Amino acid sequence: MTLDLHLLPDGGIGWADASGPDGHIVLSSRIRLARNLLGMPFTIRADAAEHEVVLDHVTAAARETPELADAPLVRVDRLERAERQLLYERHLISRELAGLDQGGIVRRGAALVVSGDLGVMINEEDHLRLQSLRSGFALPEAYAALERLDTGLGHRLAFAFHPEFGYLTACPTNAGTGLRASVLIHLPGLVLTKEIAKVLQGLSQVGLTFRGLYGEGSEVVGNFFQLSNQTTLGKSEEDLLDQLVKIVRQVIEYEEEARRVLRRDAPALIEDKIWRAYGLLRHARLLSFEEGMNLLSGVRLGAGLNLITDVGVYTLNKLMIFTQPAHLAHQSGRALTDPDLPALRAAFVRRLLEDDAHRRGGGAPEAT
Amino acid sequence: MQCDHCGERPAAIHLTQIVNNAVTQVHLCETCAAEKGVHTSASIAKFPLSDFLATLGKATPKTEAGGEAAEPCSFCGATLADFRETGRLGCPHCYTTFEHHLRDLLRRLHGSSQHVGEVYLPPGGGARDARHTLVDLRDQLRRAVEAENFELAAELRDRIRVLE
Ligand SMILES: [Zn+2]
Ligand SMILES: [Zn+2]
Repeated sequence: MTLDLHLLPDGGIGWADASGPDGHIVLSSRIRLARNLLGMPFTIRADAAEHEVVLDHVTAAARETPELADAPLVRVDRLERAERQLLYERHLISRELAGLDQGGIVRRGAALVVSGDLGVMINEEDHLRLQSLRSGFALPEAYAALERLDTGLGHRLAFAFHPEFGYLTACPTNAGTGLRASVLIHLPGLVLTKEIAKVLQGLSQVGLTFRGLYGEGSEVVGNFFQLSNQTTLGKSEEDLLDQLVKIVRQVIEYEEEARRVLRRDAPALIEDKIWRAYGLLRHARLLSFEEGMNLLSGVRLGAGLNLITDVGVYTLNKLMIFTQPAHLAHQSGRALTDPDLPALRAAFVRRLLEDDAHRRGGGAPEAT
Repeated sequence: MQCDHCGERPAAIHLTQIVNNAVTQVHLCETCAAEKGVHTSASIAKFPLSDFLATLGKATPKTEAGGEAAEPCSFCGATLADFRETGRLGCPHCYTTFEHHLRDLLRRLHGSSQHVGEVYLPPGGGARDARHTLVDLRDQLRRAVEAENFELAAELRDRIRVLE
């Protein structure tokens, strides 16, 4: 089975259009709800036949639920590894569902139903992982949509729910609300002013946690962090979200303050960093993904400070997505292991930046 | 306890380091920890579960009421040893089978074992289901009152009134 990305509305990257609130600092907002079917073993203990039963039940319910009535079903278990990685890079499925761990074995019945910014992963660690992904800092909006979907599916499926422990999940760290909300946030100012450790450490004291760009166990690349709630039980969905929103708003303020400090105390240094990053991206002939991400981080900061005006945030977001290995390989018809990928990546980045510079009237403002 | 680094401010971060096969404790204030680039959130996050799993069923062998540590889940056959090994439960019924252990674990992980979020009622309004639901709701109501969660209690009373 070949993956047809045109089946996905807006190619599944609506969340990256930079249209959302605080889009220059917060790339996207995501909320996930973990749900399991009553009377079935959890995914990891179930066999292949039981995975198929779960898949049948969930897809039947999804077809009757307005939010997902026309949503295509993607059988992740029938995709090639490169295609699974593509969906993962697009933030539509988790590493676990994509089967990218443990030698690339994908679980029978692993599937995705997706429609716009709403989706359901099926046969993940939990039977269902409902997901809502929005552009910018938009957690309440993401939750409103997700709650409707949860209600719709919950009327058609019998979820496992316990009067004391709430929604029952395979891992006790997700029990209760089953709600994990996160924002993908760009914090170069805090990294450059070396305030980041203090901020991140403060998060753990208020029940939040952080990860790198790709979630659990991943490295921090390009100064992107995922901030999310650590606990899921003992607080209502609204309280969990309110707290995250409050703290993220504070982190945004810290970041903006750090940027002010950088411009005030080290203007030449910061401008040099930004323009070097832009220059390298405009002219480099070989780029690894990591180097590209780190340079894009500098340019993004430049755009946020209005120092670089000939590149838009949407273009920067697109570059982040389409320079990832599986995306690059897919659009150039190469294998994931192709040694030409760094050259193709550099060429792709040059082309998009050049297009954007022309479209936006070229000519960077004088760096004063 | 004072900070090992500056000796001025109170220590807030306690690190366990392994150097040359010797375990040493380092105590730092927030400022010094930040200067040293100590990122603690992720590591703290992983500790409660792994710590708990390591001691699960060992510290309290057969003294547990009903000897539940030894009994596998009647629905899926999972044992506490399975849970200790994988960190994952076998099925929803495991939460009932290992209720005492899990209540303890959930309190450590989340600071509470009482769900106060949305209350879910499975579909299907058969008489037996409704009776079950009513029993469940009364049970939830009792717990909510005990936990002094009056907002939830009020909501539960409304739901019970509708079903009655
Ligand atoms: Zn100190
Ligand atoms: Zn079980």
